[in-house]
Amino acid sequence: MEVPILKQGDYLIASIQSALTDADLSQLREALVERVGRFRSRGVIVDVTALDVMDSFAVRTLRDIAHMARLRGAETVIVGIQPEVAFAMVQLGLTLKGIATALDLEEGLNFLNRRGKERVDRA
Amino acid sequence: MPDNNSSVPIRSDVDIVSARQKGRELAAECGFEIGDQTVIAAAISEIARNILMYAKRGEIRFRGLADGDRQGMVVVAEDQGPGIRDVSLALQDGFSTSGGLGLGLPGAKRLMDEFEVVSEVGRGTTITMKKWIRRGHA
Repeated sequence: MEVPILKQGDYLIASIQSALTDADLSQLREALVERVGRFRSRGVIVDVTALDVMDSFAVRTLRDIAHMARLRGAETVIVGIQPEVAFAMVQLGLTLKGIATALDLEEGLNFLNRRGKERVDRA
Repeated sequence: MPDNNSSVPIRSDVDIVSARQKGRELAAECGFEIGDQTVIAAAISEIARNILMYAKRGEIRFRGLADGDRQGMVVVAEDQGPGIRDVSLALQDGFSTSGGLGLGLPGAKRLMDEFEVVSEVGRGTTITMKKWIRRGHA
């Protein structure tokens, strides 16, 4: 199932609606990396609230999305990891080291706005 | 305890999703709380992907367990793939022959209470893993 990607200002928001196959996850990765360029996006939010499991493939793909988007000039935030999903991830030994996470969509947007402001302040 | 006995053939990535969803449903019926349902689903996901990566096809079966006053669930993953040459090496953290993360088997083992691998090179692999319902803290 294809993940809808919304463009909101400088940001892209991908909200995962249901369980995803490996092929769906790879498709999401390609789509996001392509759209960061097409829309000149500065930030990407991947909302995983609906995911009831994250296994090694899902985590690796999210990590790839964040790294690829960064190489294309956009910051990624993963939002909505459920408590039991976090528990299972830690037991599996899966981490999202170096990747921004936030509790929910609102916090994710706040994070990107702060990042954007820092960038303007530095300039 | 539900005595339903289901099996899911593993032939493509879609089957990984069905296997973990069916496994989670059975875990819920067996009385596992949501945290353990997720843990079981994650473990099923890892061993199902292992089948797909190394053996291309296989099967995952699960059923409820009762042992005295203990209740739980057993998951069996079986394939007729190439087999694992060195099982203890395959269970080591970080070991992978597929360029993956090397979390498949050791990760699933950490998630479950019991984990047994029987493998014969050229014949296939059977992984049996069990999780018991934790009592005493409602």
